[in-house]
Amino acid sequence: MNRLTMRHMQDNQSGTISAVKVGGELGRRIRDMGLVPGTEIMVQGRAPLYDPVALRVRGFTLTLRNNEANHIEVEVS
Amino acid sequence: MEATVALGGNPNSGKTTLFNGLTGSRQHVGNYPGVTVDKKEGIYAYNGYKMHIVDLPGTYSLTAYSEEEVVARDFLVSEKPEVTIDIVDASNLERNLYLTVQLLELGVPSCVALNMMDVAKNRGIEIDTKKLSDLLAVPVLPVIARTGQGRQELMDSAAEVAKTKQKQEPLEISYGQDLDGVIRQMQDDIEKNRFMTECYPSRWIAIKYLENDEQILKKGQEANPSLAARLEKKVEKISHHLQRTLDTYPEAMIADYRYGYISSLLRQDDVFHQKYDKNRLYVSDKIDRVLTNRFMGPIIMLLILMGLYHFTFTYSETPVGWTENFFGWLADTVSANLPDGLLQSLIVSGIIDGVGGVMGFAPLIMFMFFGIALLEDSGYLARVAFMLDRVFKMFGLHGSSVMAYIVSGGIAGGCAVPGVMATRTLRSPRERLATLLTAPFMNCGAKLPVFALLIAAFFSENEAMMMFILTLIAWGGALIVAKILRLTIIKGEATPFVMELPPYRLPTFKGLMIHTWELTWQYIKKAGTIILGISVLLWAMMTFPGLPESETEKFEGKREAVKAAVSGSVVQELEFADQDTQLSLDALALTQQLSEIDAQESETALRYSAAGRIGTALESVTKLAGFDWRTNIALVGGFAAKEVVVSTLGTAYSLGEVDPEEYTSLAQRLAASPNWNPLVAISLMIFTVFYAPCFVAVVCIAKEAGSWKWGAFSMIFNTALAFGLSVLVFQIGSLI
Repeated sequence: MNRLTMRHMQDNQSGTISAVKVGGELGRRIRDMGLVPGTEIMVQGRAPLYDPVALRVRGFTLTLRNNEANHIEVEVS
Repeated sequence: MEATVALGGNPNSGKTTLFNGLTGSRQHVGNYPGVTVDKKEGIYAYNGYKMHIVDLPGTYSLTAYSEEEVVARDFLVSEKPEVTIDIVDASNLERNLYLTVQLLELGVPSCVALNMMDVAKNRGIEIDTKKLSDLLAVPVLPVIARTGQGRQELMDSAAEVAKTKQKQEPLEISYGQDLDGVIRQMQDDIEKNRFMTECYPSRWIAIKYLENDEQILKKGQEANPSLAARLEKKVEKISHHLQRTLDTYPEAMIADYRYGYISSLLRQDDVFHQKYDKNRLYVSDKIDRVLTNRFMGPIIMLLILMGLYHFTFTYSETPVGWTENFFGWLADTVSANLPDGLLQSLIVSGIIDGVGGVMGFAPLIMFMFFGIALLEDSGYLARVAFMLDRVFKMFGLHGSSVMAYIVSGGIAGGCAVPGVMATRTLRSPRERLATLLTAPFMNCGAKLPVFALLIAAFFSENEAMMMFILTLIAWGGALIVAKILRLTIIKGEATPFVMELPPYRLPTFKGLMIHTWELTWQYIKKAGTIILGISVLLWAMMTFPGLPESETEKFEGKREAVKAAVSGSVVQELEFADQDTQLSLDALALTQQLSEIDAQESETALRYSAAGRIGTALESVTKLAGFDWRTNIALVGGFAAKEVVVSTLGTAYSLGEVDPEEYTSLAQRLAASPNWNPLVAISLMIFTVFYAPCFVAVVCIAKEAGSWKWGAFSMIFNTALAFGLSVLVFQIGSLI
C-alpha cells in the first residue's frame, strides 16, 4: 500500500481515501460530497489544461481543483 | 386540506422537475428577504388538497457556509412547514441521503421522495423502500418526476404526515465515544437553560457547536453569552483532544460518522442492492470521454458556444425587429396625432423610447435564457466550467464565468443585460460578483456602431484588425479588472470549486419553457419601472432648460430671412407639398437651407440643455483625453444606450439626428474636423469599451448583485477607469 495525495494520482487509478487534511469551508464542501476516510475513489480524468480533476466516488462524478485535491490523502495499491 | 409543503433536495436531484409537475403554471418566483436567492412558490390542488409548495434552494448539506443553505435551514426552522418533501436521487443514493439525515436530525416532519427510480433500475440498483422507510422512520415513496409516476401517492403520503405528525422525533446518530460524551453534556446544559430550544432540538444545537456553525454560534452569543462561552470552551477542549489523539477535527469526525451511518443503513437487511460495480461507467461517462477530451473537448465547446451565440442573436433578430417596429409605429402615430411640443417629445422620446428599450431586450433575453437553460438542464454547462476553470481561476473567477462574458459580447455583438443575468448559473458569490461587474466591458452590439463610425473616419484601411484589437482589449481589460477586484474590494479566498458533473439528461420542454419565461418576466417586471424613470430623466436632461425666447427668435428670424430671399411661389409650393410631390429645384434648395437652420438650432438647444452644460463644463477636464464638449454630450447620451453616442454626435455636429447605421456623412465630418485625429478616435474607443454600462445594464447589475451600491460602483468605477485609460493613451500618444 502506498500513500499519496490525490493530486498525484494517475488517470484511471483507484484508491481509498485515508485522510482529508483541511478544515473550514473547503473541508466541509469536500466532506459533504462524500469524500471521507474509507471512501473508494477512482480518478476519471482531467480537464484539457490538467486542472481540475474528475473523480468517480459513490457512483457519481465529482470535480475539484488540483490545489483542493492536495489536501486529500489516498492509499493506492 | 391546506398545508405548507417545503421541497428540499440536492441540486440535480429532479427537484425542479417535481416542483413544475406539481404546480404547473400556478407558480411564482420571489426573493427570500435580504438575499438574492430565488424563492419559488406554487399551489398544488388535487383531490381536496390545497397545498402551498415552497421550492427550497438545492443544497448538498445544511451548513451555514452558503446563502442557499442558510435560507433553506431558516425557512424550515422559522416557517415550520407542515411537511418537508426530501427529493432523493435513487441512482445516487448515498450522497443524497447525507442531506436527508441532516433534515431528520433537525427534526422536521418529512417524507422522502425516491426519484429517478427508472435510472436506478437501469443501473442495476434495487432499493427496498419499505425497509428504508422503517429504518429512517419516515415514509419513503418511489417516484419518477419526469413522467409524474408516483406523484399522487407521494402527495397522499405528504398530506398524511401533515395531518397526523405535529412533531418529528429528531434522529440520533452516534458520533463515536469521544463526541457522544461531550454532546450529552452539552445537551444537558442546553436543555437546563432552554438555550434556543424553542427553535432547534438540543442535540442539534450541540452538534452545530461542534461543527463551528457560524450562524448558531452568533445566535448563541446573543441568546445567552455565558452559556455560549461555556459550550465554546467545551468544543475547544474536545478539538484539542481529537487533534492530539486522532489528528482530526470534530466537524470532520461528524461528517465521517454521518456517512458511516448511511453506509451501514444501506447494508442492513439488503435495503440497497447494486448488481454492477458502483463506479462502472455509463453512457453519460462515455459521452464525456468525447466531450471533455483533451483535444476534441475544447473544439466542440467552441462550436457549441458559437452555436448558442448564433441562436441567441440571430434568431432573436426577428422578434426584436417586431418589437422595434411596433414601438417605431407607436412613436410615429403619437407624433402624428399630438401637436409638436414638450408633451409629444416627452411621450415619444422619453416614455415610448424608454419602454421600447426595455421590451426590445425581452426577446433577446428570452432566447438567451432558453439557450442557457438547455445547456444547464442537459448538464453541459458543468462541463464548460470544468474545462475552462483553469484559465478563469487565474483571474479569481470560476469556469462558469465564461457564459456571462460571451453573452455580454465576448464574441463582439452580444449584450451585457442578458450577460449580467447569465451569472445566475454561478454558485460562488465572490466569483459571481467579479464576473457581473466586469462582463459589461465586453463589446456589446450597441458599442459596435460607435467603433464603426470612428474606424470609418480614421482607420478605414484596417477595419478587421481594429475590431480584433478592440475585442482583445475588452477581454484583457475584463480579466485584469476582475483580478484587481478579487485582490481588493472582493477579496477572499476562492470559493471551493468542488462540483458535481451530473449525468447528461434530456431536458424537458416544459421545464425549459417555465425556466425561460420566469427569468424574462422577472426582467420585464423589475427592470421595466426603473428604466422608464431613468429614460424620462435622461430625456429631460437633454431637453431642459429649453432655449430662451431670444435664441429661438433668432433662428426664426433666420428662417424668415431665407424664405424672404426666394420668390413667394416657392414658399407656397413647400407649404402645400406633401411627401410624394416632386419639388422644383428652388424649393429643394430652400428645404436644404431650412433643415440646416433646424440642425443648428438643435445643436444650440442641445448645448444649452442640462446635458450640454455638463458636457461644456467638463470640457476642461476631458480635454486631457482629447474630448470636446460635443463628445461629452454624446457620452452622456450613451448612458441611455451606447449607440446613442452616434446619433447625439450627429446632433452636436448640426447634422440633425444621425441613424447609427448610416454614419458616412458624420464620419466625413469628423475626419475633416480640426478637433479630431486618429489619436482622439483611439482614446474615445478605449473610453467606450470601459465606461459606465448603459443604464439598463446598471439596473440589472444592481438587481443581480442585490444592492444599488454595486450599480453605483459600476457607473463610477468604470467611468473613472475609462477616463484614466483614455488620458493615458491620449497623453502618451500626443508625446510620440
